[in-house]
Amino acid sequence: MSTRLAKGGRLLNRNRALDFIFNGRHMRGFEGDTLASALLGEGQVLMGRSFKYHRPRGVVASGAEEPNALMNVGEGARFEPNQRATTQELYDGLRADSQNHWPSLEFDVGVVNNYAARFLPAGFYYKTFMQPRAAWKHLFEPVIRKSAGLGRVPKERDADRYEHFHAHVDTLVIGGGLAGLTAARRAADAGGTVLLIEQTAHWGGRAPVDGGRIGGADPEGWVKNAVQELDVKDNVRMRTRCMGAGIYDHGYVLAYERLTDHAPDADGPRHRLWKIRARQVVVATGAIERPLSFAGNDLPGVMLAGAVRDYVVNWAVSPGDRTVIVTNNDDAYRTALALHSAGLQVPAVIDARTAPQSALIQQVRDAGIRVETGRAIASVKGRARVTGVAITGQAGEGAVLEEIGCDAVAMSGGWSPAVHLWSHCGGKLVWDEAQAFFRPDPDRAPTGADGAAFVRVAGAANGAMSTAEVLADAGADAAAESETPAPILPVWIMPQGAGPELRAKMWLDYQNDVKVSDVQLAAREGYESVEHTKRYTTLGMATDQGKLSNINGLAVLSNALNAPIPEVGTTTFRPPYTPISFGSIAGEARGDLFQPLRRTAMHDWHSINGAHWEPVGQWRRPYCYRRGDESVEDAVMREVKNTREAVGLLDASTLGKILVKGPDAGRFLDMMYTNMMSSLKVGCCRYGLMCSENGFLIDDGVVARLSEDEWLCHTTTGGADAIHAHMEEWLQTEWWDWQVFTANLTEQYAQIGVVGPRAREVLDLLGGMDLSKDAMPFMSWANGTLGGFDVRVFRISFSGELSFEIAVKAAQGRALWDALALAGREFGAMPYGTEALHVLRAEKGFIMIGDETDGTVIPQDLGLNWAISKKKDDYIGKRAQARAHMTDPDRWKLVGLETLDGSVLPDGALALAEGENANGQRRTQGRVTSTYYSPVLGRGIAMGLVHRGPDRMGEVIRFARLDGTEVEARIVSTVFYDPDGEKQNV
Amino acid sequence: MSEPASALGGAVSEGFARVEEMPPRGMIALRGDLGSGAVKAAVKDALSLDLPGTWRATDAGEAAVCWMAPDELLLMSSYAQAPEIARKLGHFLAGEHHLVADMSDARSLFRVTGLDAREALAKLTPADLSPGAFTPGTFRRTRLAQVPAAIWMRDDTVFEVLCFRSAARYMFDLLTEAAARGGEVGFWPD
Repeated sequence: MSTRLAKGGRLLNRNRALDFIFNGRHMRGFEGDTLASALLGEGQVLMGRSFKYHRPRGVVASGAEEPNALMNVGEGARFEPNQRATTQELYDGLRADSQNHWPSLEFDVGVVNNYAARFLPAGFYYKTFMQPRAAWKHLFEPVIRKSAGLGRVPKERDADRYEHFHAHVDTLVIGGGLAGLTAARRAADAGGTVLLIEQTAHWGGRAPVDGGRIGGADPEGWVKNAVQELDVKDNVRMRTRCMGAGIYDHGYVLAYERLTDHAPDADGPRHRLWKIRARQVVVATGAIERPLSFAGNDLPGVMLAGAVRDYVVNWAVSPGDRTVIVTNNDDAYRTALALHSAGLQVPAVIDARTAPQSALIQQVRDAGIRVETGRAIASVKGRARVTGVAITGQAGEGAVLEEIGCDAVAMSGGWSPAVHLWSHCGGKLVWDEAQAFFRPDPDRAPTGADGAAFVRVAGAANGAMSTAEVLADAGADAAAESETPAPILPVWIMPQGAGPELRAKMWLDYQNDVKVSDVQLAAREGYESVEHTKRYTTLGMATDQGKLSNINGLAVLSNALNAPIPEVGTTTFRPPYTPISFGSIAGEARGDLFQPLRRTAMHDWHSINGAHWEPVGQWRRPYCYRRGDESVEDAVMREVKNTREAVGLLDASTLGKILVKGPDAGRFLDMMYTNMMSSLKVGCCRYGLMCSENGFLIDDGVVARLSEDEWLCHTTTGGADAIHAHMEEWLQTEWWDWQVFTANLTEQYAQIGVVGPRAREVLDLLGGMDLSKDAMPFMSWANGTLGGFDVRVFRISFSGELSFEIAVKAAQGRALWDALALAGREFGAMPYGTEALHVLRAEKGFIMIGDETDGTVIPQDLGLNWAISKKKDDYIGKRAQARAHMTDPDRWKLVGLETLDGSVLPDGALALAEGENANGQRRTQGRVTSTYYSPVLGRGIAMGLVHRGPDRMGEVIRFARLDGTEVEARIVSTVFYDPDGEKQNV
Repeated sequence: MSEPASALGGAVSEGFARVEEMPPRGMIALRGDLGSGAVKAAVKDALSLDLPGTWRATDAGEAAVCWMAPDELLLMSSYAQAPEIARKLGHFLAGEHHLVADMSDARSLFRVTGLDAREALAKLTPADLSPGAFTPGTFRRTRLAQVPAAIWMRDDTVFEVLCFRSAARYMFDLLTEAAARGGEVGFWPD
């Protein structure tokens, strides 16, 4: 059983005790504890249940690589699952619950999976749940989901805020250990700006725990000194609790800063995602220790040797009174010494190597610790925690030579450089046979636009394992005492000849419950690629992304395939290095700032006058204005009728307004539009269509010629930015020698439609312009003054009524709107929204981009041939519209549709044809594109694209409703109202 | 004619930096050949200012000339003067291929003030705001979070931000949150 030692703990502040609650039990730790160290200090070794078999699991590591000790942390709006206890700093009042158990951590029903393990081999799901197909959804999936899964899903809205920060530096150093501190110092001395980040709250990495001497000083003192020296440099910035999450092209790096995870009541954002541009990145991320694969290596109490050392030295936690050490390398001997000097017992060091010799080993022997070489652990004894180990020869099959009682096992299978960040952006690895690990290949670094490497690696991440090598690799002036360790012996399973029974108890991936036997089975079943094996067995697919298991897993695979390790290769390292919060990714983009919401100058008026909003792009436009307890439908009907009978006001400010000017502007617009714009007279307006290169209709609107060389092009609301960009693209890439300038004036003007038979009377009341039919005929425009406002009036109509659109500077938009509303009162003026606009235009058969068009429709499909110039040599889309498929008479074309029973056709309804297609689906011959109830006509009206539609006037066809019934409709003209256009021309 | 109204009526927020919506200002878009003598002379005639270099602005009093693109400038003046300046520019450049548009109403203008104003903005723009790269007189078009914007550094503690008028509320809320107390980064010590 683990416990807190009476003395020591270099990171602890014993003067400040912190209370916390684990699984409902009150516990106590100290400032400086992690949740994991505090739990161990309270004797809580069991910290969770495994994902698949629900096996009891304890903490195995001490840092970001931890696979087992995942916790639900916090409550309510600050609840978050899957937090690693090893990286969660303790704070007063912390609440944590272990995961994936029911009903309790100690007694878990799901552990039955453990005894059924032989029925749950690799690829179990693929093999078992293929048939019958329906059973997956209704039977298998619900059961599996209940027994699998880790943390709970947060239920409440996150109480915290998050942000991004953009930093541009010459050198970014990731990792604040010896190598990182040294590399930062060197970069700073060279004169550039330096940012040094460290994922934990402390500088120095492993050095203070691992000991030794640097330039005559102890590592702790050296680190303190190095930090102080960097801290005073103007060109150096240092951040702790800031993890390098990912490295991307062009020196782009994401770093994840955890600001208040250790102090949730503090002000300010919880996490900050740093978006860094660095000319040079130094990866100094250290190394991760590997477990050894022996039977029972997942029992609570079996830990990495380096982690055991961390817990003893950093947090004064003993993993147990008696700790057996098992290793294939020298490093674990440091753990033996650390335990020994803490007064704890080390019954034996079990070393798989036959006759290792080094000063460190001698030191351990001299301390009186028993060292057994050429030995291995045959199995770990105990059910929910370690009670002992059975010892065997590493060379054999597992015959037990001896049993040693103990309550903890510290294992070391060697160290793997943390090459993740190096690999994110394409850095390649080499297999180092002598040291049995992959390390970065300096000849194949991630390269920038100039072809030069922009990432380099320093220290243990580069395969420099001793303090002396680390410092030398990072370019330090100081030297450490050099050590000559005995060579490592690669040990991938223990003992090397272990039979099936033992191999089925050797865990590779703790978090996803993948065993040596699973990987070997995958190899037997033909999974030769490491990427396929990963997916088949789920090795390395859990939230820890296989930080402990990857190398061991692929070594087992390589043995099973009888291929060398470098030939098998590694799986792909992808960012982020460890999971980062969704909040940090979203940054400020939540709540009101989730998306920009664009407002016109009249927005507030709409808001206080009952606007029922509709999103149009990022704009909000009133769909209708509700009066009292009127329904939305009734409001729309009232607005349509009022506009037809009296006068309506429309906020048309969102329409795009693009100024096109220059000697070649006319020629340019003749290319942009299907019809002729160069021939438009100054003072006149013309409706125009724009197509893509492929001939499809992309936008429409009214163009006004302002002067000899200036045109103002109106676009749809959603098209303003895109059409401006479309124009600039052609001008900049194809016709760069044409003399044309464009400017997007959309936001400069508020625009108000005054629409209806009494529109002229309202404007005359404001006074200042002659708007009579003779002075200002249909499709003309004029500058003038209305009610004291400088305006431009366009006499255009999208409703079939007498209609003026009045443009005024945006800063006066609200004032003009107020003036019009007031002046219109005696004429029955009411505002109308986008839905009334739609009904009005549909009654007239006017098309709407996005309703009648969907990116596959050409103007000819919509009967708009009249707006396509026959005189022009070319326009964008002309060539495409001549293709055989585009001129096919069998295309679906626009017609009006009238249901025989007067009902409203469902939007998007398909017109039925006889028979079925090859997939057994009913054949269709058209679809509804716009459909409304017309209050003026008192019936449903619709437009639709129908096979050879215009040739079939009067024919009755049937449309499908969603409820399976059908409705008959007659093909008619698209113009339902005022076909001769008399009303708009008064 | 009524008084021009800014989008937010001069909204103000106080955090570790102060955010303030400015009253309407004259802004004129001028597109043309910036290397030509005619454009230089027209700007000089209108505002008595020289053309700025790339990513820079020149200013004197209320008048300013800001670099927008290789063929585009933004001229600033008092709001009231803008129509007359636009007219004069058009007159001066008659016969020269150019475009002049009074855009005074198209944008909203904010001032972000404080010792750490730079850090509030660096939360929102990917542009390099390092003191070495972004100095007083720098005028740069970029984005702030999800909308296009321009940042103009007036002096060591004063930045102006321009965005389209329809995004004024979004911009104000964005700047306010970026400058909220507790969010100091401490990346560029004063």
